[in-house]
Amino acid sequence: MKEFGAVAIVIIAMAVVPLLAVSNVTLNFLIVALMIALAGQGWNVLGGYGGQYSFGHAAFFGTGAYVTAVLQARYGVNAWIAFGLGIAAGALIGAIVGGLTFRSGLRGSYFALVTLAFAEVLRILASVAPITGAGVGTLVKLDLRPASLQFQSRAEFYWMILALVAIALFVTQLIERSRFGVWLVAVRENEDAAAALGVNAMAVKLIAMIISGAITAAAGCFYVQYFLFIDSGLAYGTWMSIEALLTPIIGGVGTVFGPLLGALVVRALGQGAQLIAGGEAPGLDLVIYGCILVLIIWFAPRGLMGGLSRLRNRLLFSASAAEARHG
Amino acid sequence: MAEPLLQVERVSRRFGGLMAVNAVSLAIAEGRITALIGPNGAGKTTLFALISGFLKPSTGTICYRREDVTGEAPYRLARRGIARTFQIVQPFGGLTVRDNILVGAYLRHTTRDRAQEVVEEIAGKLGLGPMLDRPAATLTVAGRKRLELAKALATEPKLLLLDEVLAGLNPSEIRDMMPVIRALCQRGIAIVMIEHVMQAVMSLAEHVFVLAEGRIISEGTPSQVAADTAVVEAYLGHGAAARLGGVHAH
Amino acid sequence: MLSPAILTAAVVNGLLTGAVYALIALGLTLVYGVLHIINFAHGALLTAAMFAAYFAYRVLGIDPYFAVLLLAPAFFGIGYALQRFVIGPASHGDDRNMLLVTLGLAVVIENALLFAFRADTRTINLPYALNGIDLGFAFLPLPRLIGFVTVFVVTLALWLMMSATDTGRAIRAVAKEKLGAELAGIDVAHIYAVTFGLGTACVAIAACLLIPSYYVNPNAGNAFVLVAFTIVVLGGMGSVLGALIGGLVIGVVESLSSLFLGESLGQIGIFLLFIAVLLVRPSGLFGARA
Repeated sequence: MKEFGAVAIVIIAMAVVPLLAVSNVTLNFLIVALMIALAGQGWNVLGGYGGQYSFGHAAFFGTGAYVTAVLQARYGVNAWIAFGLGIAAGALIGAIVGGLTFRSGLRGSYFALVTLAFAEVLRILASVAPITGAGVGTLVKLDLRPASLQFQSRAEFYWMILALVAIALFVTQLIERSRFGVWLVAVRENEDAAAALGVNAMAVKLIAMIISGAITAAAGCFYVQYFLFIDSGLAYGTWMSIEALLTPIIGGVGTVFGPLLGALVVRALGQGAQLIAGGEAPGLDLVIYGCILVLIIWFAPRGLMGGLSRLRNRLLFSASAAEARHG
Repeated sequence: MAEPLLQVERVSRRFGGLMAVNAVSLAIAEGRITALIGPNGAGKTTLFALISGFLKPSTGTICYRREDVTGEAPYRLARRGIARTFQIVQPFGGLTVRDNILVGAYLRHTTRDRAQEVVEEIAGKLGLGPMLDRPAATLTVAGRKRLELAKALATEPKLLLLDEVLAGLNPSEIRDMMPVIRALCQRGIAIVMIEHVMQAVMSLAEHVFVLAEGRIISEGTPSQVAADTAVVEAYLGHGAAARLGGVHAH
Repeated sequence: MLSPAILTAAVVNGLLTGAVYALIALGLTLVYGVLHIINFAHGALLTAAMFAAYFAYRVLGIDPYFAVLLLAPAFFGIGYALQRFVIGPASHGDDRNMLLVTLGLAVVIENALLFAFRADTRTINLPYALNGIDLGFAFLPLPRLIGFVTVFVVTLALWLMMSATDTGRAIRAVAKEKLGAELAGIDVAHIYAVTFGLGTACVAIAACLLIPSYYVNPNAGNAFVLVAFTIVVLGGMGSVLGALIGGLVIGVVESLSSLFLGESLGQIGIFLLFIAVLLVRPSGLFGARA
């Protein structure tokens, strides 16, 4: 119960931010960071808790984005419905890719490769298919009304993405405390031992992938509502696949708050780097991200959350030791 | 014997040119302790892998409670009530002892509270109570063996396959473990144990199968099997029985 | 519709390209066969080598085919150092971590190149690039012909090294049975690094061979490396012969599907083949059962 309380506190604290005197630049930064966090939360379910490292999560992001965009731009579907269908499409892709790959028993390196390949196939298809606007991409018409899931002020977009992140936090927390979550983690630690205890590893991984796909797709749907434009590179490009895995790993794989923490820190560092470089510095932020990834794996594999819990343990331990001395 | 719990019928498993298990037939009765012994490389662990679904037999059938379960996946067999421990213990290293056992407990209980109760109960019976919230990776060898047993027990099996659960334990740890195993059998769980620790085999097992080079070469009570020339020769080499003298043929 | 002449030309072209693909795949399969991981930094290293070859020509005036003699050892050293001092220590022996570390390196290298050289595409124009042998039914451009021959020479050299030298034997020992090799006194970390170095050297040679016919930009390596992955999976992880034959096959497949489906969709043909192979027969045509 107290874990859900922690989630609520964090969300409420973050919800208050736009009410303070913050600039649009800051809000924009936070909105994008939260969107990346959401994509990372999706990755975290499959990779952090399930131990299946996908290198092609852009496949879900892009699918959510394109479905949302194309349904609105070409078929005049209501934005809210298009958003929901985008999430459903992400779940469906998760089921397909998961069904195919897990049935073949692919794990580890091979799984990473296959997911990378799927994302690439989708990217190429999207860059030539007429329905997606091919190379030109798809534009969604500007219509700043809540009915079209577009808002006049940044603050409202901020609360929208925050709401999505909050839902993902709750879902992750629920998973962590449930039977499914325990089985998922068991599969991650030792698939054979889990099977010997009655865990249907394939079904567990598949469900994790479906949830993962849905959450990351939601980030893609949001992208479209906020930026009103999508093309194959933005949707299915490797940048998103990398950010989706980077943020949970840096923040702490297999933890509820890891992706959120990771996204904020990584984005902040990226912005910082751009500022120092004085504006135009293509690729500099990704260089920093890559270095951080290597450094984290090297020195702090449990990420920032792992570091925080080590710190807390040390403080608790020294506090009780001090008590014992004085008591 | 009454209707056997497990009936293995002429099961073979080959790996390329090697017959690891060769036309093995055996029957396990409910609620009894059976030992499976034999020299190293005899195929004992392979047989366990076949019974628990980790390997498919090349030929032969395996029936559990009169149903043909040949070739079923391990998780299905676990749900039917066949549990196993691994020779090289396989804890979920990154999890606590509690969470390790919880994985097994969740098989029969869907709510967290009920499953936790089962975990506490089993941990208590196996002396793991004080260690429940420690990471599994910090346990000693004896502790890990108990954890391995606890995980399997949490699935509430009817047939428990113990693969060298006493290996690596010192004499006092072995002495402590034996009543635990006996108590399991008293709860109605049929146990098949692969063991090299002969004192355990002699005092615990009601029936013994001897496996050598993939075949069953002898079976019977522990004392019958110990007196069997074929068994002595399998362990000590051809002609050893005669050299030892005073051993009667089966 | 499509005359035999066009088809033959496409096949020949495919073979010439395929040889270089095979060399890139060779580096990848070598690393997988010994370290048992997929080196995600392979593409980035190829890109870096292509830039190096480009600048060797532009700035130092060294012909790419001579640059091989300079870049192959240099990149061997870089690969050795990366594995020995970065990837090995950072991974703490965990395969999943190694994947991430190589991915991280890939991101760093590619984007460092992007930052340093921008996204512009560059090419070099060798004076003899347009010369070639005219076989009547096909025209074989000289650079690609040299490339084809070089690949076979390199493969032969590698094969000789693996079978006849001590280091080669050590590499094969580690690939088969790491623990046993360690117990026999082989320095596994060193062998891992040597193997990685060899894989990187392959990529450096391939870069020199590609430069006369292709463009250079920070993304160039990626285009080739996904193809290399397909080849390695098709030919079997760890199989040198598989990489060679797979490379030639893929080269032809790509050439023919570009002919029928156009440039971009031709790429899709390869990826779909890749996914299909992974799903149906992950051990590939020549590889050991995964």
